[in-house]
Amino acid sequence: MADRATAEAPLFEGAEWDFEAVQRCYDAIERVAIDELELDVYTNQIEIISYQQMLDAYSSTGMPLMYQHWSFGKRFVREEQIYSKGAQGLAYEIVINSDPCISYCLEDNTMALQALVIAHAAFGHNHFFKNNHLFRQWSDAQGILDYLDYARSFIAQCEEQHGAQDVEQVLDAAHALMPSSVFRHRRPPHTSLADERARQRERRIEEERAVHYLWDAFDHPAPSSKPDEEARKRKREMGLPEENLLYFVERHSPILESWQREVLRIVRNIAQYFYPQRQTKVMNEGCACFVHYYITNALHHAGLLTDGAMLEILHNHTNVLTQPGFDSPHARGINPYALGFAMMQDIRRVCTDPTDEDREWFPDIAGSRVWRDVLKDAWANYRDESFVQQFLSPTVMRQFRMFTLADDDGKPFYTVDAIHDERGYHEVRDTLARSFDVAEFDPDIQIVDVDLLGNRCLKLHHTEHNGISLDAKTRDETLKHLRKLWGFEVEFDN
Amino acid sequence: MAHFIDRRLNPKDKSLGNRRRFIRRVRNAVKKAVDESVRRRKIADVDQQENISVPADGIGEPHFQHASQGGYRRNVLTGNKKFRVGDQIKKPPSGQSGQAGKEGAADGEGEDEFLFVLSRDEFLTLFFEDLELPDMIKRSLKEITVTKPQRMGYTASGTPANLSVSRTMRNAFGRRLAMRRPSPAEIQKLEQKVEELKDLKKPNAAQKAELRTLRAELDKVLRRRLHIPYIDPLDVRYKFFEMRPEPAANAVMFCLMDVSASMGVREKDLAKQFFVLLHLFLKQRYDKIELVFIRHTQVAKEVDEETFFHSRQTGGTVVSSALKEMKKIVEARYPPSLWNIYAAQASDGENFSGDSSLCAELLTDDLMKRCQYFAYTEIVDEKEANLMNSEDNGMELWRAYRHVAEAWPNFAMKRISGRADIYPVLRELFARKSSGVRDG
Repeated sequence: MADRATAEAPLFEGAEWDFEAVQRCYDAIERVAIDELELDVYTNQIEIISYQQMLDAYSSTGMPLMYQHWSFGKRFVREEQIYSKGAQGLAYEIVINSDPCISYCLEDNTMALQALVIAHAAFGHNHFFKNNHLFRQWSDAQGILDYLDYARSFIAQCEEQHGAQDVEQVLDAAHALMPSSVFRHRRPPHTSLADERARQRERRIEEERAVHYLWDAFDHPAPSSKPDEEARKRKREMGLPEENLLYFVERHSPILESWQREVLRIVRNIAQYFYPQRQTKVMNEGCACFVHYYITNALHHAGLLTDGAMLEILHNHTNVLTQPGFDSPHARGINPYALGFAMMQDIRRVCTDPTDEDREWFPDIAGSRVWRDVLKDAWANYRDESFVQQFLSPTVMRQFRMFTLADDDGKPFYTVDAIHDERGYHEVRDTLARSFDVAEFDPDIQIVDVDLLGNRCLKLHHTEHNGISLDAKTRDETLKHLRKLWGFEVEFDN
Repeated sequence: MAHFIDRRLNPKDKSLGNRRRFIRRVRNAVKKAVDESVRRRKIADVDQQENISVPADGIGEPHFQHASQGGYRRNVLTGNKKFRVGDQIKKPPSGQSGQAGKEGAADGEGEDEFLFVLSRDEFLTLFFEDLELPDMIKRSLKEITVTKPQRMGYTASGTPANLSVSRTMRNAFGRRLAMRRPSPAEIQKLEQKVEELKDLKKPNAAQKAELRTLRAELDKVLRRRLHIPYIDPLDVRYKFFEMRPEPAANAVMFCLMDVSASMGVREKDLAKQFFVLLHLFLKQRYDKIELVFIRHTQVAKEVDEETFFHSRQTGGTVVSSALKEMKKIVEARYPPSLWNIYAAQASDGENFSGDSSLCAELLTDDLMKRCQYFAYTEIVDEKEANLMNSEDNGMELWRAYRHVAEAWPNFAMKRISGRADIYPVLRELFARKSSGVRDG
């Protein structure tokens, strides 16, 4: 702080904010973000909302538009309860992966917080959304708001035509299967609103044609004599095995009407949209925190932020970035904000001021001084799992005092099998990386077979890793929902 | 480049539809909770906000997830203080793993009960649900206060209809004084002098000069009068009215109930719902309602609400004892000139033989004159209700009250066997309301 330049007047004084001050701040932040950090962002749309609107946004998974369903009401009721009891404050912002990138800022924020939030969301998250390869490939930022609008009106229309109860049942079942309904390996085709409408029209025509199809059933070829080959052919035709449960049901369920299929499609498209976010929690938050930390410090350094504002920002910053130890009453596992921020700060340190250890671990980047490029490359091309695998340094492991704990069902004790020392670094890093792998924490469930000509029983297969089975209660409940959609028996083959 | 949008004025109840769907979803559980809370609460507090907790079964959102136990798991934890490689930590005995099993607890699924707050509106909607109230009445019961404009001083703006002439004139007068607006008398005097001087045949120089100065002065005075208007918009005052809750007279509601052994939990619940509904109705008409609880077996006694609904007594049944007690209390504490008296009586219809005519006599000769309204409900079995489908036959008390009902229009009686029967008892009361509140 000693060398702080005092050439420029601060952007604002005091806690109250107004639109002019926010605009001034935004411009100053933008200069740092674009000129110094060289970020690449979608156009920003910053919306000021009240706490009730924030609660509304919370309950519809953060989206500004959503179709209506009781589960959002449940979430709303719970959030409202928690908030009104004062058990938990609200987030200062919500940011949506869309183009333009919408960030919601709470009206109760002080001016310093608004500056922090704009740097964090409108530049940090925004850059990440626009550049990370997962978001680029798998979610469609241009179309999402249009799509949600379409989804909302489609479901409202269905409720009118088919009754709210029927729609609710389909949605319940679809929501149950939602986490198991993303394409993890295939890239989903991007569809625009126009395509969406055209496809719907085709579906209606197809439906009308189905009446004639009845008569075609008579001249089916006789079943082949080789049942094995027959089964293989059948599976191939139906694209089995299939990991995206809703996709399969939507295409092949014998009982669903076309509007029900469309509802399933909407739900799984939304699941797919959120899929990249689940894989990049650490990176996304780390990126945003790194950016806001850099920008606010730069502004403070240039004399644009008062000491008071900077202290408030740092206070909030550290509150969010605490990593309680495993034995703390506040322990909730690894804090993605803390880990992401620490790793990115560390990358910068490795680039500019490496130790011998860093040179050994990161020969490519240590001392290269181009930390901006290294970080931007990381933000663009990694996800949590690969990012940890690639960039978690011994320094960060020591800083967090990480250790691994193994829990083997057969043994009466947990074992500490690696700690933050020379022998353990690799072990800890691998374990941590794996724990961020969605394939690890989402159960691996696929549809493997269905006998369309016989009893139409749908066969699922759960591939167990490390002997971890499915939770029996939720499994049975979820199967009930799947049965409703499939119309016939559904079972696990193991 | 950024767009800033101020959304704060946008409608904020976006989640209302979702909330309604949610409540419909848990309707059965919520309804049960509402009924339970009506049973538990004091009559006067029934329509307050209520914490409702519903079992999580119906509102679970299951999905495939890993079991929280079993298998081989490895996690990275932070904040190591003393562990070394190979350290073994005993697992907690109950199988409730401390740290390693955390990933199993997905959000929300672990709860058994889901707690939330029903608003007064939602609460009443559910409470009214099978009482089969006509919609009009439901709406009017939910409105709490009747407001009436009341004079509250003056304002500087308003409609011409509310113009306060006297206040405006007073202001104008004060202003004219303060600004020294020339009075007509002053002007007249000047004009007179000017005339006099003008009429002189041969004015000398002094007089000419005086005339000039007088003319100039008159000119100034006239101009001054133009500049300072008689009434200025600044002076105008309007009467100001504020909407105030309508002051209503006091009311007292007597709850009379037979608490002999034949009144079981079901009967008491129905009676309570009957009392609650009457109280809700009274609440919208009166600011202050006192409740008096009289229970009786063969003797009657004034008790508090808790005792009234929850304690049991054994003994015979002498209905007239309750009426006598009520009469005594009315005479002692509630003079009909100051109080609107309402009474609701619930009983299973049994009475000590010969007492019923005494009851009818007490009512006709005395109580009915003092009461605004007296509602009697006979709580019967559903089976019995089918048998006694005629209004005419019934037990002694019923027959005796029939005569009272014929003589007094503000006496209502009804047999009830379920919640849906409660409203018709009070129907006349409600009907009277819609024909005119103020004469009630």
